[in-house]
Amino acid sequence: MKIAITKNTGYALVTIEEAIDGKTAPEAQAAIGPLLTEFSVLVLDLTKVTYMSSAGLRVLLLLHRNLVAKGGKVILVGLSENIAETMRVTGFLQFFETCNTLAEIKL
Amino acid sequence: MDARIDFYPTHEIAGYQVRAGRPLPFGATLVPGGVNFSIFSNHATSCSLVLFEKGARTPLAELPFPLEFCIGDMFCMIVFGLDYETIEYGYRMNGPWDPARGLRFDETKILSDPYARMLGGRAIWGVEPDWTDPYQHRARLAFDDFDWQGDIPPQIPLADLLVYELHVRSFTKDKSAQVKHPGTYAGLVEKIPYLKDLGVNCVELMPIYEFDEFENSRVDSATGERLMNYWGYSTVGFFAPKAGYAATGQFGMHMDELKTLIKELHRAGIEVMLDVVFNHTAEGNENGPYISFRGIDNQTYYILTPEGYYYNFSGCGNTLNCNNPVVRAFVLDCLRYWAAEFHIDGFRFDLASILGRDANGAPLANPPLLESLAFDPILSKCKLVAEAWDAGGLYQVGSFPAYGRWAEWNGKYRDDMRQFLKGDLGYAGAAATRIQGSPDLYQWNGRGPTASINFITCHDGFTLYDLVAYNGKHNEANGENNNDGGNDNHSWNCGWEGASTDPAVNTLRRQQMKNAVSFLLLSFGVPMILAGDEIARTQYGNNNNYCHDTALSWIDWTGLTQNADMYRFFKNLIAFRQAHPVLRPKSFQDGLVSFHGTRAWWADFSDTSRVVAVMFDGSQARGGLVADNTLYAAFNMYWETLPFQLPAAPAGTLWHVVANTGMETPNDIFTPGQEPPLDDQSGILVGARSSLILIAK
Repeated sequence: MKIAITKNTGYALVTIEEAIDGKTAPEAQAAIGPLLTEFSVLVLDLTKVTYMSSAGLRVLLLLHRNLVAKGGKVILVGLSENIAETMRVTGFLQFFETCNTLAEIKL
Repeated sequence: MDARIDFYPTHEIAGYQVRAGRPLPFGATLVPGGVNFSIFSNHATSCSLVLFEKGARTPLAELPFPLEFCIGDMFCMIVFGLDYETIEYGYRMNGPWDPARGLRFDETKILSDPYARMLGGRAIWGVEPDWTDPYQHRARLAFDDFDWQGDIPPQIPLADLLVYELHVRSFTKDKSAQVKHPGTYAGLVEKIPYLKDLGVNCVELMPIYEFDEFENSRVDSATGERLMNYWGYSTVGFFAPKAGYAATGQFGMHMDELKTLIKELHRAGIEVMLDVVFNHTAEGNENGPYISFRGIDNQTYYILTPEGYYYNFSGCGNTLNCNNPVVRAFVLDCLRYWAAEFHIDGFRFDLASILGRDANGAPLANPPLLESLAFDPILSKCKLVAEAWDAGGLYQVGSFPAYGRWAEWNGKYRDDMRQFLKGDLGYAGAAATRIQGSPDLYQWNGRGPTASINFITCHDGFTLYDLVAYNGKHNEANGENNNDGGNDNHSWNCGWEGASTDPAVNTLRRQQMKNAVSFLLLSFGVPMILAGDEIARTQYGNNNNYCHDTALSWIDWTGLTQNADMYRFFKNLIAFRQAHPVLRPKSFQDGLVSFHGTRAWWADFSDTSRVVAVMFDGSQARGGLVADNTLYAAFNMYWETLPFQLPAAPAGTLWHVVANTGMETPNDIFTPGQEPPLDDQSGILVGARSSLILIAK
């Protein structure tokens, strides 16, 4: 897993690549977690994420819960069809705002 | 730094940081930084926790439980630093091999945790397992953290329940189902609008506890078909949902998928009842595999003969020792888990009479397990339904120990109504009794009509169409020379065995199917419909369809257009039942019926009668507390048209026709407001083998 963070006005952009699974999910959480104090909107660019396990989805949900609690939100960008479908049938997708590309995000 | 001092390791075993665990809860529980493993064995002399990387054949490590980690008969240990998603675990138990005493320890076996919430090994349906793998059903760790988003189970009163029995895979596997994920929980979500349209308010799912579809699997030499344990009445893991029924089972996310299904059903006002099989396990008899119980504590978990063999009250090789206190607690823990964690609304217990037998197999007058379930605070809103018989000869329809809580699959309802339907002599009186909610079975003991789950068809036996299209079973495809399956089907083929091109035969069959559902939906008690009957599904005369993962089992949704009249009849009559509380009394005192014959107020229950007419007094609906119409139905199961004299409709009302199965669609049933009034209010001709339903308004 690779993770890159860009801080913008009003939101942080987190770009993740490769697999988010039981091994890498804690790393993702550790890297993204500190942004929660500074930002209320997180944009996660997942265009290059190849696989997301159950633990990965739980990190997303945790970020969502934290931000919703303070009136913010998580926007997921570029979910692959497979990941989006897995999230849909397991009930995770409904929690998130999603966009196909970064150009489409509405803050 | 963690604020708690009890979540730090104290020992290192086999390279893992560990500490003494807690005995409760049983199973594997996620705790801060680690996993608490707890397992019972009364007779094991030692035990090791065996850890695997997901799918690996050789263990990562084996961690023997030190003596100081044992409390009573429990082995408990917290292991730190495990990756929840990639770890699989099992146990190796040491103890005596002494079959005559019922002890069958074998330290070469790796045993699955009976409390495992997820099992690997059969994650994708139908993928041939690696039989050389020494650990077939691999316990995994589960997150119990689903967001139910305020889900409140519908809590529909039993009297208002309308059950629809379905098989998760069969329901949407056929391509005609047109769903994105055929044969899965997710596929079923896509069919919720259909269930709503039909009007049922409870789905009863055939077994979804993890089972092995490859158990006793074999290839039929005649056809080349791979026969499977398709229905799954053979549990491998009681706490684990069937992963192969999930589109996401391969990612280990089937728990979330199933919970999403349940949440969506609840949102649509539909309850979820599980068909649960606690009478036996998939371990079979002494020649069966070691999965878990046999190697953990054979003597505790199974009912054994004095020589140490397995009693076979289930007909499946072994019998769970349900009234042993440890096993009783296991069953209770399991059901509590499903009620609390999965929001399940009810349970139907397969061969439930076994749950009332003692450790020697004798029936108990006051079985502790059944009593515990009836009074359990967590299960208190769950429906409890017994299949009140077993394969050991115990038949308890009407006498199942109920504690004011248990309902029963009413096998007598099925048998009597089938014989009445085909015009057998001597069933008019029995049919009247069944329509009244079987007071012969459920009044003397104060249980009431809602103790009776009424059904004419279920997964066992013929479908409704086959009931009117076959005189005998045709189970050749099961590969047992047509020797399997019941012979007491009480079916009648309407003049031709199997599919017919004769319009008269086909018309009569449709009429008979509509008669059957008319009985069912106008009877006091809780009706249950077998999925697919509403579109006249056939199994080509197979009355024991447990082994076919083919179109023989899958629902063919083209039936919805081909048999649109059947669907329309079912749907409208379901709506009719749900609109009229007079048909849904909560007690025998609640509803007032009078029986009639071809003469009003003159019921003929003699041995030569094939006629029942019944009037439901609307002024007495729900004990007179609810306003309703008076209804009348005439069931003429004689092969000639008969004139029926009608009782007078209540003052100021006229009889209107709701349904007449002797008429072709759309005049077979009318929607509310469209019912035509009868020209002659004093009498009507009811066609041969026809049902007439009237409403006074």
